[in-house]
Amino acid sequence: MTLRADVPLIFERSTPGRRGYRLPELDVPETPLEELIPQEYLRTEPPALPEVSELEVVRHYTQLPRRNHGVDVGFYPLGSCTMKYNPRVHEDLVSLPGLSAIHPYQPEETVQGALELIYNLSEHLAAIAGLAKTSLQPAAGAHGELSGLMVIKAYHNHRGEGHRTEMLVPDSAHGTNPASCAMVGYKVVEVPSNERGGVDVEALKKLVGPNTAGLMLTNPNTLGLFDENICQIAQIVHEAGGLLYYDGANANAIMGVVRPGDTGFDVVHFNLHKTFSTPHGGGGPGAGPIVVSEKLAPFLPGPVVQKDGDQFRLVMPEHSVGRVRSFYGNFLVYAKAYAYILSHGPQGLREVSATAVLNANYVMNKLKDVFELPYERICMHEFVLSGSHLKKYGVRTLDLAKRLSDYGFHAPTVYFPLIVDEAIMIEPTETEAKSTLDEFIEVMRQIAEEAKENPEMLTSAPHNTPVKRVDEARAARHPVLRWKPEASGEQ
Amino acid sequence: MRYLPLTKDEQQEMLASLGLEKIEDLFQDIPAEAMFQGDLDVPGPLSEAELVRHFRELAGKNKDATQLVSFLGAGAYDHLIPSIIKHIVGRGEFLTAYTPYQPEITQGVLQSIFEYQTMICELTGMEASNASMYDGASALAEACLMACAATKRELVILPATLHPEWQAVVRTYLENQDVSIVFMPQHAETGTVDLDRLADLPWAEAACVVVQQPNFFGLLEDVAALKARIHEAKGLLVMAVDPISLSLLKSPGELGADIVVGDGQSLGQAMGYGGPAFGFFATTDKLIRRMPGRVVGETVDAEGKRAFVLTLQTREQHIRREKATSNICSNQALNALAATIYLSVLGKQGFRDVGYQCLQKASYMKQRLLEIPGLSSPFSAPTFREFAVRGQVDWVEINKRLLDHGFLGGLPLARFGHPDLVLFSVTEARTKQEIDDFVSTLRGLIQ
Repeated sequence: MTLRADVPLIFERSTPGRRGYRLPELDVPETPLEELIPQEYLRTEPPALPEVSELEVVRHYTQLPRRNHGVDVGFYPLGSCTMKYNPRVHEDLVSLPGLSAIHPYQPEETVQGALELIYNLSEHLAAIAGLAKTSLQPAAGAHGELSGLMVIKAYHNHRGEGHRTEMLVPDSAHGTNPASCAMVGYKVVEVPSNERGGVDVEALKKLVGPNTAGLMLTNPNTLGLFDENICQIAQIVHEAGGLLYYDGANANAIMGVVRPGDTGFDVVHFNLHKTFSTPHGGGGPGAGPIVVSEKLAPFLPGPVVQKDGDQFRLVMPEHSVGRVRSFYGNFLVYAKAYAYILSHGPQGLREVSATAVLNANYVMNKLKDVFELPYERICMHEFVLSGSHLKKYGVRTLDLAKRLSDYGFHAPTVYFPLIVDEAIMIEPTETEAKSTLDEFIEVMRQIAEEAKENPEMLTSAPHNTPVKRVDEARAARHPVLRWKPEASGEQ
Repeated sequence: MRYLPLTKDEQQEMLASLGLEKIEDLFQDIPAEAMFQGDLDVPGPLSEAELVRHFRELAGKNKDATQLVSFLGAGAYDHLIPSIIKHIVGRGEFLTAYTPYQPEITQGVLQSIFEYQTMICELTGMEASNASMYDGASALAEACLMACAATKRELVILPATLHPEWQAVVRTYLENQDVSIVFMPQHAETGTVDLDRLADLPWAEAACVVVQQPNFFGLLEDVAALKARIHEAKGLLVMAVDPISLSLLKSPGELGADIVVGDGQSLGQAMGYGGPAFGFFATTDKLIRRMPGRVVGETVDAEGKRAFVLTLQTREQHIRREKATSNICSNQALNALAATIYLSVLGKQGFRDVGYQCLQKASYMKQRLLEIPGLSSPFSAPTFREFAVRGQVDWVEINKRLLDHGFLGGLPLARFGHPDLVLFSVTEARTKQEIDDFVSTLRGLIQ
């Protein structure tokens, strides 16, 4: 079967009466259904699930991934997403029944190993952040932001400063930052960037005030640039009575190099699925633990793990913002991050960041003569180019992204950050070999040439992919969000 | 380090291409006072073999469901998990992909999500599903916020019979947006929402009423009366449902629900000490533009071939920023994929069998337990896979002794304010022998 051939939906493979997995025969005496559940509660039609054999399921879900790119398939320089290698041994580790087959309500004496893991990881993340206490509850980066903002809000409220409802957010920030502010009822105050891509300090001075709850900052920021004024920025916000929130989406640049706590941050979230190599899984599950300073620790979402002598137990912090999800977070995800930290050790983590920064600078330097580089500085783990000069050939950044697929590369992040026209955000990560980087550089230069000489090659791209360019506008105009038997074949 | 491929020579060559001498030169933009000196206080490095040994030691300190016979539920369940799931979700193209932002090279993930959305619609009887949420509890909190936005009201009615941890999560989310919560009391005899005490509730101000089905105590709620009340007051009916129960029970869509959420752990997911599984979220066509989270839609490619793509993105944070329907970005896609495979391989009949066996086995165990002198049934409403039992015994202590016999007993509800109740869960994974052994062991311990 070729990759271009359409893969039918699993429902379209269905044959009435066919079975896959079978349960053991029911071995308890049966009671008529209607005696157990009133007739009016029972459904008359079972859900129309597929009727397929086990082999058909295996084939179907083997054909589908063949139509999908992943880090395991090829280079994935998606900026701000840190698509590094996901060590396979981690999958083995979290498959141990002692971790995967334990129930969240087991008595604590039967899960001491799990609690020890949570405790250790909490300590290690605190060491990396340069802060005091960790909550592993949040399930993703945005969930970490939400939890961290709740902590900030609870802290201000606790001090009788509930009027502090303004959160400063740079214009280069991830969309989740302002969206998370809205989820805690904070007003977003946008901070402009300066000509070097950092926070405009003079503007910041004017924007802080008695209602400032804090500042959310990604450092290095979404341009891949380290904010040189970070200590001054922290001072301005702290003097105004606000707190500093560190969006850890870009923490892959700073492990062992800068500890956010040392530069004045009060709350940090880490994206374990980025910096700490837990697989992205096609969009999740991730984990977005938050680490806070001593004074904010009583407000952390819980439960968290406490060590008493040689025993570990779950406790709710004294003034906890509460629960942000059930149980204890994405345990089997953050267990992989724990393995990652142990595999690397202190020097190894520093080497990860240093190599990520080296790779990014190497690629940037080899591309800056054929693409526009809006901020000519040493970058950190990623950098942002602009494709605006291609517009004169009728080519957009989107076309370049699509053309990259033809060469077996995933596209960079495009059209973000919003402050760069036709942005192309490239994050190579540290696990790529130099030969891969060289190939990518070569292809990017070739595509820049194609844009001039044969723009149609880009505007009609991709050509070698399982499907040709997908009509996104049609999907939004006439939403078809599920399969229906009667609709099949009507396209 | 073993995952870093650059050789020393390559590193020097790359630095030289940048006009730099040493790796530290890359950090020249970082002010000296911000630089960290010294080594991070973390252990390691461990080789793969050492790492495996350490994890085996940690795992060995836990007692797991392969060593114990478990009757614990209350939100995480020991169901059978078909072997093929782990083989498929372990494929690198699924495991190591990001969110499918470039549809031309991510049709595999996109199509599997489209199939997932279809299955959730089939189970719930709703018109649209998103691509997944973090878990059931946070999905319910988001459903309440969505109901507030849709009705422009700032109060929700929750049942006292809702899982206490879910109540806590909803409270955390809602109080940060100054949304009020009013509780519907539990009927002392049925154990379900007290339908005789609905009149005093502020229906006209309510954005939604929430019903959990089955409720925290495993009991089946009578949804019709609540539906009539809330719809008469122009609020929304939000149902939090157990997906396995939907193999037998009338779908929320048929019952008139406007938003349906639930936790998907039952659908082929490891218990994993509570995560990761996923939350599902479904609604009506009318409300889809208010739905949080990612959604996949069907479209065509440039040659008219069927293709799938992330759609309705103008609801989402990366476009709408503070005006988005939610801040959610990463979801639990791989867990949703596992559920899709689970529902495919179980199929129409197999899925019904799971629900039917849970019901029959739980019912059998309930009858057997109630034969033990001193134990009684606290509530009269019908149950599905879980049920509470009343007994004037120290259930925490009993559970310790059950552990010695290789059993993980039910959940003592003392931690949730019911000192004489214990909540048992019985799935299709339990055998008659295990149930009989458990009942006779418990009988011996109580008498």
